Amino acid sequence: MNDGSSSMRTPLSKVRHLGSAHSGTQHAWQMRATSIALVPLTIGFVWLVLTLIGKDYNSVRAALGGPMASIVMLLFLLTGIWHMKLGMQTIIEDYVHGEHAKTAALLVNAFFCYGIGLACVYAVLRISFV
Amino acid sequence: MADAGTRPADPQSRRPLSPHLQIYRPMLTMMMSIAHRITGGALYAGTLLLAWWLIAASTDAAAFAKANWFLSSILGRLILFGFTWSLFHHLMGGLRHFLWDAGRGMEHPEREYLAQATWIGGLALTLAVWAAAYAMR
Repeated sequence: MNDGSSSMRTPLSKVRHLGSAHSGTQHAWQMRATSIALVPLTIGFVWLVLTLIGKDYNSVRAALGGPMASIVMLLFLLTGIWHMKLGMQTIIEDYVHGEHAKTAALLVNAFFCYGIGLACVYAVLRISFV
Repeated sequence: MADAGTRPADPQSRRPLSPHLQIYRPMLTMMMSIAHRITGGALYAGTLLLAWWLIAASTDAAAFAKANWFLSSILGRLILFGFTWSLFHHLMGGLRHFLWDAGRGMEHPEREYLAQATWIGGLALTLAVWAAAYAMR
């Protein structure tokens, strides 16, 4: 680890939290954190959708637009889409080996997740406030 | 950019390859691992449907009727059933990962029981939710 520079940092401090991927345990940790949150949120989401079955347009809007329903829906969407962005990143890193193809695939993954996330959040907020 | 000799898929590469899927006898634990990844990918695609439904609900009654027409068609119901199953199967697989993270359930025979619990639990929850859905209709 001695690069011959005059840095005062110890070799350990340079690699701490980084590891071979240069981003350390952040990805793995965020995967676990979103997983834990998604257990109750998924149950809440499924419950919410079940209560909407067979309802007409105005009833669905009224039910989805309520504070609790909107908050559960938004939390589920944001946490779920964050989780799936991390998951797809792992799949891409496992199967796409060319540097250019991998970079392109990771970009498409990011664009898709941010796009779909924004669209869903916008729709829920519009149902709540418009 | 890696040079040709260091690419694992390159036939010219002299590097040894580790055995891959087709070498192994199919095992339940392996199937559940593959299913976890496939259901994750399916849920990824399924967000398009969820987005369509939410946007339709936020637009107007006509747009919502169109989305509902598709979702309650035979094809729509099949896709929704697949979405529900993917959601619960992936959820069960996630719970299994929590146990592994805690350092448990990796030995024989626990791992076999957990693999069975994953697919049975995922299927049972899916059927329970669909039974509830038809009952509440």
